[in-house]
Amino acid sequence: MNKKYMYSLLAVIVLILLPYVGVEAVGLQVLFGIIIPYLAVLIFIIGFIYRVMDWASSPVPFRIPSTCGQQKSLPWIKQNKIDNPFTAGGVIIRMILEILFFRSLFRNTRFGLNEGPKISYVWEKWLWLAALAFHYSFLTVLIRHLRFFLEPVPVCLQLLEKVDGFFQVGLPGLYMSGAVLLAAVTFLFLRRIYLPQMRYISLAADFFPLFLIISIAITGILMRYFTKVDVVGIKELAMGLASFHPTIPDGIGVLFYVHLFLVSILFVYFPFSKLMHMGGIFLSPTRNLPNNTRAKMHINPWNYPVKVHTYDEYEDEFREKMKEVGLPLEKE
Amino acid sequence: MIDSKERASKLGYLPPKTDWMDTPTVYKEGMYCYAAKPSRLEYMDWPYPKDWSCVDEDWQLPENWKEIVLKGMKERLEKYRTFKIFMDICVRCGACADKCHFFIGTGDPKNMPVLRAELIRSVYRNDFTKAGKILGRIAGARELTIDVLKEWWYYLFQCTECRRCSVFCPYGIDTAEITIIGRELLNLLGLNIDWIAAPVAFCYRTGNHMGIQPHAFVDMLDFFTDEIENATGVRCEQTFNKKGADLLFICPSGDVFGDPGTYTCMGYMILMHYLREVHGLDITWSTYASEGGNFGLFTSHETMKRLNAKMYAEAKRLGVKWILGGECGHMWRVINQYMVTMNGPADFLEEPVNPITGTKFENAKATKMVHITEFLSDLIKHKKLNLDPSRNDRLKVTFHDSCNPARGMGILEEPRYVIKNVCNHFYDMPRNTIREQTFCCGCGSGLNAGEDMELRMTGGMPRGNAVKYVNEKHGVNTLTCMCAIDRAVLPALMEYWAPEVDVSGISELVANALIIPGEKEKTLNLRGEPIWPKDVDPDEWYKRPDFPGR
Repeated sequence: MNKKYMYSLLAVIVLILLPYVGVEAVGLQVLFGIIIPYLAVLIFIIGFIYRVMDWASSPVPFRIPSTCGQQKSLPWIKQNKIDNPFTAGGVIIRMILEILFFRSLFRNTRFGLNEGPKISYVWEKWLWLAALAFHYSFLTVLIRHLRFFLEPVPVCLQLLEKVDGFFQVGLPGLYMSGAVLLAAVTFLFLRRIYLPQMRYISLAADFFPLFLIISIAITGILMRYFTKVDVVGIKELAMGLASFHPTIPDGIGVLFYVHLFLVSILFVYFPFSKLMHMGGIFLSPTRNLPNNTRAKMHINPWNYPVKVHTYDEYEDEFREKMKEVGLPLEKE
Repeated sequence: MIDSKERASKLGYLPPKTDWMDTPTVYKEGMYCYAAKPSRLEYMDWPYPKDWSCVDEDWQLPENWKEIVLKGMKERLEKYRTFKIFMDICVRCGACADKCHFFIGTGDPKNMPVLRAELIRSVYRNDFTKAGKILGRIAGARELTIDVLKEWWYYLFQCTECRRCSVFCPYGIDTAEITIIGRELLNLLGLNIDWIAAPVAFCYRTGNHMGIQPHAFVDMLDFFTDEIENATGVRCEQTFNKKGADLLFICPSGDVFGDPGTYTCMGYMILMHYLREVHGLDITWSTYASEGGNFGLFTSHETMKRLNAKMYAEAKRLGVKWILGGECGHMWRVINQYMVTMNGPADFLEEPVNPITGTKFENAKATKMVHITEFLSDLIKHKKLNLDPSRNDRLKVTFHDSCNPARGMGILEEPRYVIKNVCNHFYDMPRNTIREQTFCCGCGSGLNAGEDMELRMTGGMPRGNAVKYVNEKHGVNTLTCMCAIDRAVLPALMEYWAPEVDVSGISELVANALIIPGEKEKTLNLRGEPIWPKDVDPDEWYKRPDFPGR
């Protein structure tokens, strides 16, 4: 039994029980339906901004991009403008590919040691695929949820829902995004459990968000496809939150409060955790700077003078020896 | 040492049963370098010099050592955005895990880049984050203890700062940067290895890592002049510390000092002689700025700056137009990514133009320093070198991209262009082992000592294996490289993993192919080996219809 994921699992179970008991037994709908969600969003926004500002407050003294292709050099040598950008334009393309398509992860290989010894490197696409599937399905789910906060529902959202429910399986129609999200996040979890090295490097903080997101997805799926919650009531609550006239309509099942609470926890947890990689990737100095320091001087704001060994000191020490071999001297 | 086959068969990658925080660090003989001698630290005015060994129980640390380290961390978190972000955003996806040559070669999980970084990150969480302060170990935090410090030392000197992991990291987390800063922290307590501290102290005093004093430097090059004359019949006299020369040439002193780098050095000398005789270009050496490499990079940012300053100082004193740099690995990372920021602006130099071809080196107009393969590529492209590549027909060549020029600069095509123009048989190693994915020699960042041979042979396994592959497939017998550390360490690595392969520099191959005015009929290369291919009758070889010049 792995302590690290047990801690996280236990934490998430407690987090599920809290609103369950709070709403079902104590009747704290206002706390779980209004106060905590507001607080969570507030903490998320302030926390996120604080973290990004905190990073930005540390300067970038040196330009150290990881160059992953041919540099710009002689005009007839073909430069790799994306993986070794020389201009801001190149950096922007590199960053777009990095952020939207996880370009670096796409390179991933798996190493194998075979008889011989012969070493092999195989293109390892599964992590990249799962990561893409996870992030994009999560994004789709998030955007889809905007329908609860907007009246009338914008056409683009309706379109997204149509595409997402393209296969028209079951009733209400199955959204692919929800299923893909759950599948991808489960894959990422199983990876951490079954690959020995992954298990070894994983912390409780790696399992916690996975359990949290799995729970969010499951409660969402349960509500939509199985317990068939009162969607009209939920929309009324959501609209109330969005318009700052919060209300608690009757008859919303407790499952909704569990779902909402877990989402709130995710929002609160976000700025204090590794989930901040979402903001960090934009600021990562090995990716977001051009490799042009040889052509354009980069300024280090805290550059300070250092003690050096000057030529005069050098000549003073070695003058006689230099004279012997006929080296030119500053002072005879 | 066990033989290479046995070593590979014994390798396992299953992590131990105990959690990494509970697995004590055992210093294994051959896997670490000796501690820095106090005299080096004293010469550099570094803190806490002492006579110590890393396997001592007592490291003779100052009373407040922990405070010093934590204060140092805080200061660096505020000075380096890289450090702060890299401490925060790792998700432990594991993509870097099997990209490290030391992990591949040892199977030690703490050599996975992610865990190497976690060694420091865990302390960061404990003392600098709320979650770590409240949740402690559950949040992946641990207190900085003497054992943690010893673990840092062991594993930070098992990282060659090669940056291969940073290529694969989805957030660009650069373990080299973390190692660099980690080593800086250790240096605050006087904890360095002698193989780094000694070259640094030598370099500060004599201008080069080898500690070669000016008269000896001249003597060595004089000796090479005689050697070259024996091989070619031409006397390639050099100039030193010459004011008013066109260019200043700076190369790693390793090439001046040890085989097979010396052949590369002779290559530079022949080239300079050729350019002077044929094109009237005056290039001078300096005994003061006699080191391109910079072991300061492996010590601290400040030391790097202190050592690097002499390049510009000397260029200014001599009044040259710009600086030409030789074949060195980490030297070019420093020049490309740090130099002008640290020691610039170099407004006393001219924007580099090749005086022979008129080509402007646009990419170097601020640093005013050009890489020798950029320079050679331009000369060859404009047909300014009279070359006979068949003089290298004995060689079947592959090229080892050094980590720093590959991932800290991106100079990938220039060396290949030069090699292909001076050799007829060139074969690249498999794609996953070259260019930006190149594997380290296993000895970079100051780990090229003698006492850590075990570490070097394990770290060099992926490189050795890739060379072995082209050796078996294409009969490759020469591993060429443009780094003096490579030239110093790869012969031992080849002997272990790919025994039929010799190591050379690019300039050596260029010089062998170069037709020097007034040369005698060439039958031997710089190493004194016959230049025709093995198993070929030299008469037939010289008589063949496609022989150059026929």
